Amino acid sequence: MAGGREIKTKIKSVQNTRKVTRALEMVSASKIRKAQDLMKASRPYARLMRQVIGHVARANSEYKHPFMVERTDVKRIGFIVVSTDRGLCGGLNSNLFRRLLGEIREWQGKGVEVELVCIGQKAVTFFRRLKVNMVGSVTHLGERPEVAELVGVIKVMLDAFTEGRLDRVSLVYNDFVNTMTQRATIDPLLPLPPSNELVATHAWDYLYEPDPATVLDHVLTRYVESLVYQATLENLASEHAARMVAMKGASDNATKAIGSLTLIYNKARQAAITQEISEIVGGAAAV
Amino acid sequence: MSTIRCDIVSAEAEIFHGEARMVVATGEMGELGIAPRHAPLITRLKPGQVRVILDNGDEQFFYVSGGILEVQPQVVTVLADTAVRAADLDEAAARKAKDDAERALANRSEALEVAEAQARLAEATAQLQALERLRRNLKH
Repeated sequence: MAGGREIKTKIKSVQNTRKVTRALEMVSASKIRKAQDLMKASRPYARLMRQVIGHVARANSEYKHPFMVERTDVKRIGFIVVSTDRGLCGGLNSNLFRRLLGEIREWQGKGVEVELVCIGQKAVTFFRRLKVNMVGSVTHLGERPEVAELVGVIKVMLDAFTEGRLDRVSLVYNDFVNTMTQRATIDPLLPLPPSNELVATHAWDYLYEPDPATVLDHVLTRYVESLVYQATLENLASEHAARMVAMKGASDNATKAIGSLTLIYNKARQAAITQEISEIVGGAAAV
Repeated sequence: MSTIRCDIVSAEAEIFHGEARMVVATGEMGELGIAPRHAPLITRLKPGQVRVILDNGDEQFFYVSGGILEVQPQVVTVLADTAVRAADLDEAAARKAKDDAERALANRSEALEVAEAQARLAEATAQLQALERLRRNLKH
C-alpha cells in the first residue's frame, strides 16, 4: 500500500490545524460582540464631546487655540497609527500599512518629513524596519483598552504640534463598517477641521474658569483623546471581525484538503487491494 | 418648576441622563451650582462629587475624578475623566511612550534576529523530525 500511512498522517495534521482555526474563529466571534459593546458604550461621550466642541467653535472668543489654526506651510507631519497586537487577521494590518506607506511616500516626495506614533505591536514591528521616525509607541492594550493607556502617545503628538515641530497630525486606523468590511482610514486630527455649521446667530461667549487658554487646551486635548480612543475601539472590533473571517476561510480550506486527501487515501487503498488480488490470481493461474 | 437637561458621561460609559432642577459640581475655581438658564460657562472639574437635584427633589451623587463641565442655557454636560489625571502623570505617560519606541528601535536588530532565528530553528527541527520519521518508515 504505497504511501498509505503518509497520507493518513497528513490527514491527521490537517484535522488538527482545522481544530485550531475553528477554535480561533469561535473565540473571535464572541470577542467581536464585546468589542462592539465597548464601541457603543463610548459613543455618548464622543457625541457630547462633539456637541461641546461645536459650541466652542461657535463661541465668539477673542482667543484662538493653536489646535484650531490651519497652518499654510507644512514641513513635518505626524501619524498616529492604530494596529493590532496579534496577527492571523487576514490582510487587516497589511492593507492599512500599505495605504499609509503610499501616503508617507507621497509626502516625502514633496520634501515633507514624517513622524509616527504606533499603537499596537504590529505597527511597531512593521515601522521600525523602515526609515521613518517613530517617536512613541504603546502595545498590548488587551481586550478593554483604556483612555489612560493612550494618554502617553497622544501627548507626544500634541506636544510636538504645540511646539510647532509638526504642522499636521492624522489618525490611521481600520474603520469597522460591518463584520465583512473594514475600511483602512486616514482621518485628519490636527488642526481640527473647521465645523461647517458655523452660523453665529448672535455674538456670545462662555464664561471661562479660570481662563480661555487653560480651559480650551484641556477640552481640545480631551477631544483628541476621545477620537483616538474611539479609533482604537473601531480597530479592535475590526481585528476580531477580520480574524473571524480569515479563520473561517482557513477552516473551510482545511475541510476541502481533508476531503481530497481522503479520496487519494481511498484510491491508494483500493489500488493496493486490487494489486494483491491480481497477484493471487496470477499465482494460482501459474500453478 | 423649570428644569435643565443634564448629561454625565465618561469615555467608557454613560453615567446619567435626565432632567434636573439643579446641578452642583466642584469646578476648578470652587463649588458651582447650575440652575436652569445659567449663562454659558465652561470649566475644568476637580476630583469630587457631582450632585444632581432631580425634579422631584431627590438627589443623586456621582463621583468624578476630574473632567469638563459645559453649561448652555438649556443643558449641562459633564464629560468625566475615567482616571485621575494630572500634568505630571501625563508627562510620565508621554515619556514612557517615547522610551518604548526608542527601545523598539534600539532592539531593531537583536529582537528581529532572535525572532527570525527562532522561526528558522523551529523549521529545521520540524524538517529533521520529518526526515527521521521517513527513515524509520523505510526501515520497516
